[in-house]
Amino acid sequence: MLRFILKRILEAIPVLFIVATITFFLLHRMPGGPFDTERPMTPEVKKQVEAYYGLDKPVAQQYFNYMKRLVLHGDLGMSQKYFGWSVNELLAGSLPVSLELGLEGLLFALFFGLLAGIIASLRKNTASDYVPMSIATLGICIPNFVTGPLLILVFAIYFGQFNASGWNFPRDRILPAMTLGLYYMAYISRLTRGGMLEILNQDFIRTARAKGASERRIVWKHSLRGGLLSVVSFLGPAVSGIVTGSLVVELIFDIPGAARFFVGAAFNRDGPMLMGTTLVYAVLVVVMNLLADVVQIWMNPRLRFEE
Amino acid sequence: MSAEFPTVTQHTGEVEAGQSLWQDAWHRLRQNKLALIGACFIALLTIACFLTPLIAPGSYEKTNLALGPAAPSHAHWLGTDILGRDMLSRILFGGCISLSVGLAATLVSVLIGVLYGAISGYVGGRLDVVMMRVVDIAYSLPFVVFVILILVVFGRNIVLLFMAIGAVSWLDMARIVRGQVMSLKKQEFVEAAVALGLRKRRIILRHMIPNVLGIVAIYATLIVPSVMLLEAFLSFLGLGVQAPMSSWGTLINDGRKSMEEYPWLLIYPSLFFSLTLFSLNFLGDGLRDALDVRASKD
Amino acid sequence: MPLLEVTNLRTSFHTRHGIVRAVNGVSFSLEKGDTLGIVGESGSGKSVTCYSLMRLIPEPPGKIEGGTAAFDGVDLLTASPEQLRKIRGKRISMIFQDPMTSLNPYLKISEQLIEPLLIHENISRADALKRGIAALEEVGVPDAAKRIRSYPHEFSGGMRQRVMIAMALITKPELLIADEPTTALDVTVQAQILDLVKKMQRELGMAVIWITHDLGVVAGFCRRVQVMYAGRIVERAATDELFQQTAHPYTCALQKSIPALQPKGAALYTIPGMPPDLSRKVEGCPFVPRCEFAQDQCRQPVELKDVAPHHATACLRVQKGEINLKHE
Repeated sequence: MLRFILKRILEAIPVLFIVATITFFLLHRMPGGPFDTERPMTPEVKKQVEAYYGLDKPVAQQYFNYMKRLVLHGDLGMSQKYFGWSVNELLAGSLPVSLELGLEGLLFALFFGLLAGIIASLRKNTASDYVPMSIATLGICIPNFVTGPLLILVFAIYFGQFNASGWNFPRDRILPAMTLGLYYMAYISRLTRGGMLEILNQDFIRTARAKGASERRIVWKHSLRGGLLSVVSFLGPAVSGIVTGSLVVELIFDIPGAARFFVGAAFNRDGPMLMGTTLVYAVLVVVMNLLADVVQIWMNPRLRFEE
Repeated sequence: MSAEFPTVTQHTGEVEAGQSLWQDAWHRLRQNKLALIGACFIALLTIACFLTPLIAPGSYEKTNLALGPAAPSHAHWLGTDILGRDMLSRILFGGCISLSVGLAATLVSVLIGVLYGAISGYVGGRLDVVMMRVVDIAYSLPFVVFVILILVVFGRNIVLLFMAIGAVSWLDMARIVRGQVMSLKKQEFVEAAVALGLRKRRIILRHMIPNVLGIVAIYATLIVPSVMLLEAFLSFLGLGVQAPMSSWGTLINDGRKSMEEYPWLLIYPSLFFSLTLFSLNFLGDGLRDALDVRASKD
Repeated sequence: MPLLEVTNLRTSFHTRHGIVRAVNGVSFSLEKGDTLGIVGESGSGKSVTCYSLMRLIPEPPGKIEGGTAAFDGVDLLTASPEQLRKIRGKRISMIFQDPMTSLNPYLKISEQLIEPLLIHENISRADALKRGIAALEEVGVPDAAKRIRSYPHEFSGGMRQRVMIAMALITKPELLIADEPTTALDVTVQAQILDLVKKMQRELGMAVIWITHDLGVVAGFCRRVQVMYAGRIVERAATDELFQQTAHPYTCALQKSIPALQPKGAALYTIPGMPPDLSRKVEGCPFVPRCEFAQDQCRQPVELKDVAPHHATACLRVQKGEINLKHE
């Protein structure tokens, strides 16, 4: 187990390194920068600005400097749009908000997805199966940039129960977390139902019944582990999707998270900011994938001995 | 459960024995009402979207500032937007763009996925291991972020948009094609062809490609909604289709901004987009179930 | 009063292609400590009979249509789920055909082995574990204290079946139902498992119902045998008598198909034809299409009747004394 984790970490490092390198040289080819959009600078000012950001040095040198500071100090450089601010400072204020939103969306998806899926599998072909599964089909097809505005329209504007935007009170978390988690809730409920149905048909469930185990015990002790394996392997891709989804959700609900820096940097051609946010997202997704793999192996003893 | 329980498979066998795989699949697809409704909706929508620019060219950009944003009426079935433009025309024109980008991106992704998967599966061995490991790693990267980077660096034009979307949506297709090719390679008719001394090129052209094509077509119908979603997502953020063109993503984003006063500007584009995604998903699932193919991971 | 008294049990499966009457009016009884073999081909209803008693038939599509099964005064077929749970795994235990799939691959052996104790007895986990280790030693699992912490996939098929037996017997049940527990195992292991169950029966004094398609296993183990065909019992007798005074053409054919009982060099015998389609209603004896003694009269309804003390047959012609199958 420990060896597996070490192996995966060792594998993740070069992947992240390649991602950083590609992103760096890609962004180096980016035409213009945030300085272009404002009034043209005088050549002297421009020179000073370029010297400040180290843009006057050869690319190889820039790359080397960037990687050195990144690896040694975790330094993501200075933002070009927010003059005088480092990318680290800007992200330190906003990333926790994004992480909270993502976590809440994921928890929402897991809680209701698992609940609906388990109930549907135990009451197969009844209303408690059809109703949540139909909702799940809806949830899978409707994208979050449609559900978000519609939720605002219904719950904030018509019923006035929630704020249409902002991130000040606990209840401000509800609509964004729902918007972000709906698709994953739907997907997880389907995976859960399928996985549970497969397990509940296995011979060893019959053995458990023959032992006099109660239905509750059969679900909790005998079925969940095997039935939720597919859900766990879906968690990796789900985290990736939640990161992407949060870009839209933060925009819709006007949440002060990292997304506005990323999307803003895309519009303003703020290279260091784009580079920094991309790296943070990549690390986040890679780490969460690793975690999902570990959980999966912990849950499936047969995988544990394969290495 | 136990093999002891009686089964009555003999009966079904007799009925279906005379039918080919495709007849059988068609029969099953016809039973799937949702998939059929989906197919009809897509057909009608496609016709409407692509005929609109021909029948009423320019109607989507004809402004009527005196009218302004009007609620749905007889003259404008789905209302008008802030500049007094007819929403139905705009939605259908946006649909034209969305569907085109969706199809083009799907083509790109199918092309990459099939090539990648076929090479990996056909050559096998170490190359296969390496290529599949790359796919595994790629699965765990936030690809949408890279699409955004590409669009930022190389400019936001529509060709680049569907190329970039296609370039990040081929992973599933590669896995499916690889699995299919590997199982075909082991099948008897291919072995027979090898034993008969047929040339490799001939084996690939005559035997492998036709057998892989059906499954590719089915999965392509499932890629279409996912790439359309990605396009709408990017356009929603303002990074995709650029004004004066509009796609469903930009329409939804525009509608969102004024939904408090003019909710129809949000609701109708959302409705069209969601219905399209529904239909495509139902159709794709229906086709997949009808042919009973599953994605194999290994 | 017998330990188990089954009367007129009928179980069917409601499938898309009609109602399959898997068990069609089966009655039998079992005394404390007795050993009963139920023999038949696949699909004869022998397993479904026992699963019905334990109410382990998946419903739907399965349905117990009628009959009673009195176990120590409780009708298993109508008992409440709570009543049933108290009997399952405590007073009646079961072992299954395929030890590979009957153990939960996601749980340690220890968890599964002591589960009946935790469910049915007021016992601490530590004590239950001690008894679990003792039970494993009893069934001949070497190094039990260590291996109890393994997962099923770390065991061989024979070892897993030993674990299954230990698990079934850990609560000292009054009745053990064994559903072809040796079928999926190697021949050498089969004999070991058979001996193990014999030994455990001697020690615990429980009754055993042994389901098998193998008359040879029955001969070495069971005191009484009943032969099933197409969801009905066609013959019932003490084991010796079944072999020596065979009273049904189907039993006769089954015996002929055991190579070991035939003279050396004789061609292998197989019963001609196929078992009947159970979704169609059969009047009279279901074996008629394959029976060499069949006559028109065999198509009228027939009951299981004693032809000698404790020896019953459902063959009309044997009942009437028209044919004699002895040493045929």
